[in-house]
Amino acid sequence: MEPTLNAPRRRSVVKGLLGTTSFWLASGNARWSEALADEAAQPYRPIFFDIAEYQFLEAACERLFPADHNGPGAKTLGVAEFLDRQMQTPYARGENWYMSGPFEQGPANLGYQLPFVPKDLYRKGIAGVERYARQQYGKGFAALSALQQDEILTALEGGSVQLGDIPGRVFFEQLRTNTLEGAFADPLYGGNRGLGGWIMLGFPGARADFMDWVNQEGASYPIGPVSISGETA
Amino acid sequence: MVKHVDAIIVGAGWAGSIMAKELTEAGLSVVMLERGSERTTPVEGAYPESIDELRGAIRKRLFQNLSQSTVTIRNTIDQTALPYRQLAAFLPGEGVGGAGLHWSGVHFRVAPEDLRLRSAVIERYGEKFIPEGMNLQDYGVSYEELEPFFDKAEKVFGTSGEAYRVQGKIVGNGNVFSSDRSDNFPLPAMKDTFSASVFRDAAKNAGYHPYSLPAANASRQYTNTYGCQMGPCNFCGYCSGYDCYLYSKASPNVNILPVLRQEPRFSLIPNAHVLRVDLDSTKTKATGITYLDTKTRKEHSLSADLIILGAFQFNNVHLMLVSGIGKPYDPVSNTGTVGRNFVYQTITSSRVWLPPSTYTNQFVGAGGAGVAIDDFNSMNFDHGPLGFVGGSPVWVNQAGVKPIAAALGAGGGGTPRWGSAYKDSLVNTYKHSLGIDAHGSNMAYRDVYLDLDPTWKDAYGQPLLRMTFTWKDNDIRMNQYVVSKIEPIARAMGATKMNLVHLNAGQPFDTRTYQTTHLGGGAIMGDNPQTSALNRYLQSWDVSNVFVIGSNAFPQGMGYNPTGMVAALAYWAAHHIRTTYLKSPGPLVKA
Ligand SMILES: Cc1cc2nc3c(=O)[nH]c(=O)nc-3n(C[C@H](O)[C@H](O)[C@H](O)COP(=O)(O)OP(=O)(O)OC[C@H]3O[C@@H](n4cnc5c(N)ncnc54)[C@H](O)[C@@H]3O)c2cc1C
Ligand code: SF4
Repeated sequence: MEPTLNAPRRRSVVKGLLGTTSFWLASGNARWSEALADEAAQPYRPIFFDIAEYQFLEAACERLFPADHNGPGAKTLGVAEFLDRQMQTPYARGENWYMSGPFEQGPANLGYQLPFVPKDLYRKGIAGVERYARQQYGKGFAALSALQQDEILTALEGGSVQLGDIPGRVFFEQLRTNTLEGAFADPLYGGNRGLGGWIMLGFPGARADFMDWVNQEGASYPIGPVSISGETA
Repeated sequence: MVKHVDAIIVGAGWAGSIMAKELTEAGLSVVMLERGSERTTPVEGAYPESIDELRGAIRKRLFQNLSQSTVTIRNTIDQTALPYRQLAAFLPGEGVGGAGLHWSGVHFRVAPEDLRLRSAVIERYGEKFIPEGMNLQDYGVSYEELEPFFDKAEKVFGTSGEAYRVQGKIVGNGNVFSSDRSDNFPLPAMKDTFSASVFRDAAKNAGYHPYSLPAANASRQYTNTYGCQMGPCNFCGYCSGYDCYLYSKASPNVNILPVLRQEPRFSLIPNAHVLRVDLDSTKTKATGITYLDTKTRKEHSLSADLIILGAFQFNNVHLMLVSGIGKPYDPVSNTGTVGRNFVYQTITSSRVWLPPSTYTNQFVGAGGAGVAIDDFNSMNFDHGPLGFVGGSPVWVNQAGVKPIAAALGAGGGGTPRWGSAYKDSLVNTYKHSLGIDAHGSNMAYRDVYLDLDPTWKDAYGQPLLRMTFTWKDNDIRMNQYVVSKIEPIARAMGATKMNLVHLNAGQPFDTRTYQTTHLGGGAIMGDNPQTSALNRYLQSWDVSNVFVIGSNAFPQGMGYNPTGMVAALAYWAAHHIRTTYLKSPGPLVKA
């Protein structure tokens, strides 16, 4: 048995599964959670993002969700892997968004009106931030100090930076949203490694049975989390 | 040859399923068409796959797929409406069961004066009290008339609650503002979560009248009127936005369809998007419907004597507009009725932090469970010195807060939304805080309405529905007033910190943050064909063999969640179809 041959084959099966709309919208394969959990155990090589993009994500996500006294950060939790895997789903292709034109811009409170789906936002957004980083600091984002990285993220969040045809704020919100998803989604999607996100919050995961815990007068829930595949911590 | 049936029902949610059950009981052959796919709890609800926040509430697998059809939205009549491209402010259903598969289950009746709000306001404060431009109207039906149908619906839904008054006798610690009931709730109230119990005590101390929210989550095992079974809810917390894996949350799929599917006179066609109701040349009689099979992309027509629209509030209005049923509303000339009185609800959520030794365990919860006060709802308080119409129940309704939603919502309002300080506040907020909602009414206005969009189209080439909607001064002031009443309750809870959230003057409706899916009006019931699209039996004034069932019938958005009222109106309309209409088809009310 050649593990190096085995792993990619399994990976491509699971990848194919993840990429289908029916997986996300209906319940296709009854064994998908096991397949995904197996997949999560493999060392990860990005598929959608190239190495430089992936390094950007590892750096930027860690600033958004840093390791600290509360618990692990994005890097330990596997958020970049989560993002890469998400890029292979219908979500990344905007399959549940209304994407018919014309695309007219309007007041922010009327919602997202760009012609780009998440995949496009990442490709264009990362390239834009890298350009901006070189312009401002003469180096790529991942090579900057934490302080400089925070300055860039603050500028994006504040809305003062345009990344080509994508407003910096739009890219920032996309990245923040998906980073937090990666920190707290079930580990079968590649993030929340070791259930670290859930432990931090005291969230019991897929336990989903609180018959005896409806009201315990403010005591802290005593049982650790469990994932869909049965991983516990 | 076009296939003929007695009745066609559009939409397989609560409204459609109730009507289908009633009409097959009456002996009619019924076809129910649903644009989405088949859905059953053993598949979509199966544990543990259904206990997945990313796939569920975040990627929204059970909600409407907007890529096929959506709406456009603008705040004011002079703006260009833009497409609602991503689900956020409201989450319409799709697939068998509709939103009834993934709702929360707060199951109210109605505050009786809300049914005659115009009359009640005028009686108490005079006609001048009604602001210029507000289309305040009565429903044309009374609580007493609807009571048997509220009772019937609760026994189908397996509703848990505590009554106050049954047949004139005070029987329990229920809502003192509620009206007389013919019978008790079929199941005892859901237990209070810790947060709800803290609210109950504090509200009592502050001088208010707390009660258990009526919940269509089963507090015990239950067999309903139709013989369908529910298991006891275990407060799993994957409720709002999910298919209940324990068969504890009422849904058409669990509470009605299991028996309907065995009925030979009934058939259900999923993946059938109804394009229009077909009318005869006089435009006063419907002959059937035309639908698109979304799998084969082929169009089919069916003919029927009776057509029931149960496609949800704004889809019902859309179908009326594209089919030419009734006269479209024009806000400038103030004529027409279809699209008139489009309403929503006025809701804000505040947050209260308890001491760090206290854990609120927000992941524990059930969609319909909680404790509320009605002291500031409906006409239960003196509006005279306040100068606004409407009100809000206030409640703790801990439906199960999960980590992604908590993380996305944490920070903001001047506090960091990322980084280590953000993590501090996220952890603290998740472990030690609780939410309190002011879940308020929303009035109708002359320039808030629905019509067809001139630019954008759905995947089938039909114009999208256009919503013109924003917050108005009356409702903003109502919200501010009610939210100010939360403060003494929060103090009585021993809050270490509070964030009281209210709307601000001039604040426009924002499509990017979740409000509720409690949209209403647009094809309202009433007693005047000039100002309502439907008569008091939800029958089109213009095309008498079309009945339009849903919250589209509400002239105002009420403080309560709508589905209990939708179900009662469905049973009410069905009763009059069965006892009167079928014997002699035609208008049930002379125009
Ligand atoms: C997350 C969430 C929580 C909620 N919680 C509560 C609550 O606690 N209490 C409460 O009272 N209410 C709640 N609601 C609202 C509640 O779900 C709705 O009021 C109720 O389900 C409406 O029932 P309906 O039958 O009118 O419409 P729906 O359930 O929306 O059913 C309409 C059906 O018609 C189909 N349809 C639409 N157009 C067409 C067409 N052209 N052709 C064929 N089929 C079509 C749709 O796909 C849908 O399945 C909640 C809603 C959501 C989304
Ligand atoms: S909280 Fe109760 S009703 Fe809701 S999904 Fe869980 S078990 Fe079902």
